[in-house]
Amino acid sequence: MSYLDLRQVSKSYGTGASEVHALSGIDLAVERGSLVAVMGPSGSGKSTLLTIAGSLEDPTSGEVLIDGTSLAAMSRNDKARLRRRTIGYVFQDFNLLSGLTAIENVSLPLELDGVSSRGARTAAMAALEKVGIAERAGHYPDELSGGERQRVAIARAVVGERHLLLADEPSGALDSTNGEAVMRMIREACRQGVAAVVVTHDAHLASWADRVVFLRDGQIVDESIPPSAESLLEPTPAR
Amino acid sequence: MSVRHALLAFLSEGPKYGLQLRQEFEESTGEVWPLNVGQVYTTLQRLERDELIESDDRGEEAGPQKAFRITEPGRKELDTWLSTPPDMTEPPRDELVIKVLAAVRVPGVSVHDVIQVHRRYLVELMQQWTRLKEDEAEFDLTFALVVDAELFRLDSVVRWLDTADGRFKRAALEAPSTRPGPHIRRRLVARR
Repeated sequence: MSYLDLRQVSKSYGTGASEVHALSGIDLAVERGSLVAVMGPSGSGKSTLLTIAGSLEDPTSGEVLIDGTSLAAMSRNDKARLRRRTIGYVFQDFNLLSGLTAIENVSLPLELDGVSSRGARTAAMAALEKVGIAERAGHYPDELSGGERQRVAIARAVVGERHLLLADEPSGALDSTNGEAVMRMIREACRQGVAAVVVTHDAHLASWADRVVFLRDGQIVDESIPPSAESLLEPTPAR
Repeated sequence: MSVRHALLAFLSEGPKYGLQLRQEFEESTGEVWPLNVGQVYTTLQRLERDELIESDDRGEEAGPQKAFRITEPGRKELDTWLSTPPDMTEPPRDELVIKVLAAVRVPGVSVHDVIQVHRRYLVELMQQWTRLKEDEAEFDLTFALVVDAELFRLDSVVRWLDTADGRFKRAALEAPSTRPGPHIRRRLVARR
């Protein structure tokens, strides 16, 4: 069964002549352990898709299921709990709280969820270790480089028992080496069973995915599933 | 990469045998550029004829048992090649660009669909290259450089397709114009 399942999801803003269809009839299923990239130009509906998948916004029609449960059937509190416990978000601009250290940023969602301060810190440290930045745990965001900040953001997104990772242009303004490091971390999270969706306009980022879905004017128009990488190592046939 | 200059580069490290050179060439391209033995020996013969390399025994045919070393003119040739940027002033005759330009003129064909077919193909290729890079546990620098070069090359084409897609979308919303086609052709010709 898919961990995240979008069924005929549509979203429109405004009414009458000024109505804008941001998404139309989106079907998207993401299994545990798999990384799906949603690729499309600005204004194609990528970010809307992500906010609906993450229960931050409701669809106008259609249904979103997370681990088999429809979001429509959940109360506001249930959804808030789901966002704190199950879903990790990574944003382009990291969204770290500047008044908190790296480890406090990572442990905050757990503490908000009632985990003891000590337990949250232990889990946060483990997450920081996973992304290779444990030695910077006591630093504030403005003392960290862009690449380090994004590592902290990823640690925050995977801390505890998160099963769904949603990332919006996660390599943002990072250089390609740091961008690659971010995608390697997301792949690693997938290897440990997380279902991940990355929305991006960047083919470099999208190429880390198991599946790339192409979005255009709010609709999925195509999908890519690559054959085995081994085929690249076979001699090219003569043309 | 020029096979000729790559061989000179390997020989600049010291004398080597033909088979060894072939092996080094393949290793240096992350084994994604297979080279046949014949190609290596033909190139070595030409380099020897041009006195850019020399062998221990000038009488023998180039073969696996023959060692080659770089000459002084060979070193100069290698230095010049390394410090001379390749000629990139002429836009290459890119079949993909021509296909997209042609698609605009064919009645009943959606340029967006043509672009998407190519975009998907390129992204699938990029996914394959990225997977190779990811699977490489002990990461080899040469291999990484070759894979990165290929990823950036494919990415630049995807970016061009994305830009073209955006331009067509905007153009469809604006008043029709016949100007862009001839205008582009004139500029390309004028640059030559």
